[in-house]
Amino acid sequence: MKIQVRDLAKTFTSRSGDVHAVDGASFDIAENEFVTLVGTSGCGKSTVLGILAGLQEASSGSALVDGTPVIGPGRDRGVVFQTYTLFPWMSAVKNIEFALRAEPISAAERRARARDYLGLVGLSEFADAYPTQLSGGMRQRVAIARSLSYQPSILLMDEPFGALDALTRQSMQELLTEVWEQHRLTVLFVTHDVEEAVFISDRVLVMTIRPGRIKQELPVPLERPRRHEQLSTPEFLATKTRVLESLREEAGRSSP
Amino acid sequence: MVATAPARHAQGLFRIGAGIPRALSFAISVGAFALLLVLWVVATELKLTSSFALPRPIDVWERFVDVAEGGELWDDAKVSVYRILVGFLIAAAVAIPVGVLTGAFRIWHAVLTPLVEFLRYPPVVAFIPLSIFWVGIDDGQKFLIVFLGTVFQLALLVADDVRRVPMDHVEVGRTLGMRESAILGRIVVPSAMPAIWDSLRITLGWAWTWVTLAEIVNVTSGFGYRINRAQTALDNRLVFAYIVILGILGLVTDQGMRLLGRVLFRWAEARR
Repeated sequence: MKIQVRDLAKTFTSRSGDVHAVDGASFDIAENEFVTLVGTSGCGKSTVLGILAGLQEASSGSALVDGTPVIGPGRDRGVVFQTYTLFPWMSAVKNIEFALRAEPISAAERRARARDYLGLVGLSEFADAYPTQLSGGMRQRVAIARSLSYQPSILLMDEPFGALDALTRQSMQELLTEVWEQHRLTVLFVTHDVEEAVFISDRVLVMTIRPGRIKQELPVPLERPRRHEQLSTPEFLATKTRVLESLREEAGRSSP
Repeated sequence: MVATAPARHAQGLFRIGAGIPRALSFAISVGAFALLLVLWVVATELKLTSSFALPRPIDVWERFVDVAEGGELWDDAKVSVYRILVGFLIAAAVAIPVGVLTGAFRIWHAVLTPLVEFLRYPPVVAFIPLSIFWVGIDDGQKFLIVFLGTVFQLALLVADDVRRVPMDHVEVGRTLGMRESAILGRIVVPSAMPAIWDSLRITLGWAWTWVTLAEIVNVTSGFGYRINRAQTALDNRLVFAYIVILGILGLVTDQGMRLLGRVLFRWAEARR
């Protein structure tokens, strides 16, 4: 197993008492699998991702990557955030080159590789544009290119399309699945958008409301490559309905 | 039931945050100065007050021409600007690192912020007699007063600027495997730089006040010296001339730094 999460728990201490964000989450992700983690807002799904990224510490339980406990962030895992995290003082290509500073390659190779990855997300012409000159969707594409550029074996994505409009979102989902189909790597993608979760992944993990645990695992029986035409197929709709029902039960358990 | 008309959207120039054309904005600013000048002329021509308390603009202008032609003005400007620059650069060299540390690390915040907060309250004026004992009466004392007048506020402003750097930018650095010191130097500081520049611009403005104040002690030139001497000689026209000059110099410096900031931090343009 590429990723193994066992009885993971995270408790935040605040002035008004302890908040159990995650309590007893367990799941596995196989090598080169694309898995989404869905749940209602505040169910602790981003916390699980943060722990795997090494940006947060678990209160108890374990998170293993390649059989080794996660003790901090590392270049074996790329992270894409929901917010726009490109550095605004650098052009698109410089942002990617920045991520490659630690690689043992020459400046010219760095530049070439940064341009390659910009091409991968279809933004070759915007290499010298600054983030403020790019749309939200373009910024997230550069951010994805930046995370892929140093060739991590795992990509952790925390609602990366959450701030985008519906149309841009669709094209981003298609782009991401295309990129993933070409360059296989293990992906954990957090979202609260059920359609998005089903469309892009091999398997959907549904989380309970806080404290978050994995409530259900649903395989997605859709062929790849994925295209948006599949959104109206019976297989897609059936899976989507099952995920929605599962989430609705959770919503019913919380206060109205 | 009383039918209420739907509230009309606020229109035009007096809508909060409404933009106005650049040329119009400039014209209005110039107009405000012109209005002040007209009021000044009217007040003095109508003799609303004694010409001693408020000299006529034309008399002030004549005194200005005197000192400009006599060369005192340039000597004063040169030496005061020099004192400001040295004092302020030392203040910036201390305040920026302190601000960055306190803004980025809670531990340094706990150590330094209470000290800085404490030190910024005593009025700088109170330090003038002490400053003479500490460093004497020469330029060092002027530097010290400018330094004391700006360093603490600047450190607090810089700390705030650094605190506003998005945490996600820091986390990107971590996911790239960068050490905290590298994140500080390559991500936090560049990210905060436009805001730090603005803080420098604001505090530099105060330096004019402090240098004028410091120049009361043992000097033979400088704005403060000239104003103080003019006051003893009851030459209020010269005092006014210097007040206007100080205002103009302050304005020019401020606008110059604003412009330079815009060039240096073009990438942040959308932020403004």
